Amino acid sequence: MREMFRAALAVFRQDLRLALRRRVEVWLAVGFFMIALSLFPLGIGPGGETLSRIGAGVIWVLALLAVLLSLDRIFQADFEDGSLDRLMLAAAPLELLILAKCAAHWLATNLLLVLVSPLAAVFLSQPSEAFWAMPFSLLLGTPILTLLGSIGAALLTGSGRGGILAALLVLPLYIPVLIFGVGAVDAAIFGLAPGTYFLILGAMLLLSLALAPLAAALALRAALE
Amino acid sequence: MLEVVDLAVSRGGRSVFEELGFRLEPGQLLLLEGPNGAGKSTLLRACAGLLVPQTGRISWHGRAIESRTVHYLGHALGLKGELSVREILHFAAALAGGSGRFDDAQRLMDLDAFVDLPVRMLSAGQRQRTALASLMVSYRPVWLLDEPEAGLDIHARRRLSEALAAHQAQGGVAIVATHNQALFNPTTILSFGP
Repeated sequence: MREMFRAALAVFRQDLRLALRRRVEVWLAVGFFMIALSLFPLGIGPGGETLSRIGAGVIWVLALLAVLLSLDRIFQADFEDGSLDRLMLAAAPLELLILAKCAAHWLATNLLLVLVSPLAAVFLSQPSEAFWAMPFSLLLGTPILTLLGSIGAALLTGSGRGGILAALLVLPLYIPVLIFGVGAVDAAIFGLAPGTYFLILGAMLLLSLALAPLAAALALRAALE
Repeated sequence: MLEVVDLAVSRGGRSVFEELGFRLEPGQLLLLEGPNGAGKSTLLRACAGLLVPQTGRISWHGRAIESRTVHYLGHALGLKGELSVREILHFAAALAGGSGRFDDAQRLMDLDAFVDLPVRMLSAGQRQRTALASLMVSYRPVWLLDEPEAGLDIHARRRLSEALAAHQAQGGVAIVATHNQALFNPTTILSFGP
């Protein structure tokens, strides 16, 4: 049991260390998020009723795409350099190691999205309630996106395809997360008891924590054959 | 005792080998020889549990073999260019479980000169030595090595032979696919036909 957690912790720390040494990957998701976001005031016109009405949805959709983009290579690099073989033969089940990889990936690339989201809310002239509701909904939502996305990334590992095809596979799974994520922010803005939405997001997070690593491990084992 | 019975593997609908079987007692070394593409690597991967055979079973002391029993080293070494050799050894030890035998592994593969360098700065032979050492930091009784001598100089090849001999003396078994038979001291040789 102790060896299992030691192995998972080692994977978590190595992935975090690798991400911090590569740096580009850390800034890629948040860079895409902020630049794509800045296009909306330019396209729609700053201020104004429209921007503030659609703002929460835009921020969530862009965060969702940023997570999806950053996930592209979560297993592919390990597959190419043979690290995946090592993970398969580790002292811990592959499912636990995938969970560790997702945790490191979320911390290294997606936590920044959560942190800059109040700024994003200012960009899109959101009411003040969004300044806390937006990061909080993303804090619960982006780990779900990472976990679900890992299934798509695992399915396509070794196939030589990624990117758009992963998006096609995973985006349908993202729909409920998007609905309740945006719902939470909107409810906070209009003072309609956002608690329910946050609880549902939390329930989805727990469910994906339990199930996504199982599915991703299944897909990875198939990819290795 | 490692026992392989009636093993058949096919990939992409094409049979790689069928009705393959052998038995290794503690301390024995099986050498796989044969032309490229004959199925040596496939057999190693099947023994490691990295691919599922169509039929047959692979057992260790009478029970289905577990991933915890084997060390596998293929052509892709599983090293990250950004990490130093020392970091890789510590990671490998934590991942494989058991107590890390860093000094032994470092000495066996003679890593002292570059143990703090990142892997991307190493030569192919030094990488191979790092990968071999990353197996040796933790004890597992079954070694599955796919051309472990690739890129190694004469000195390192001798170290590899010594490491294998020490592993056998401890009661471990090894299966080695190679094109350099003279390097090893096999108990049995399995020849793959063309």
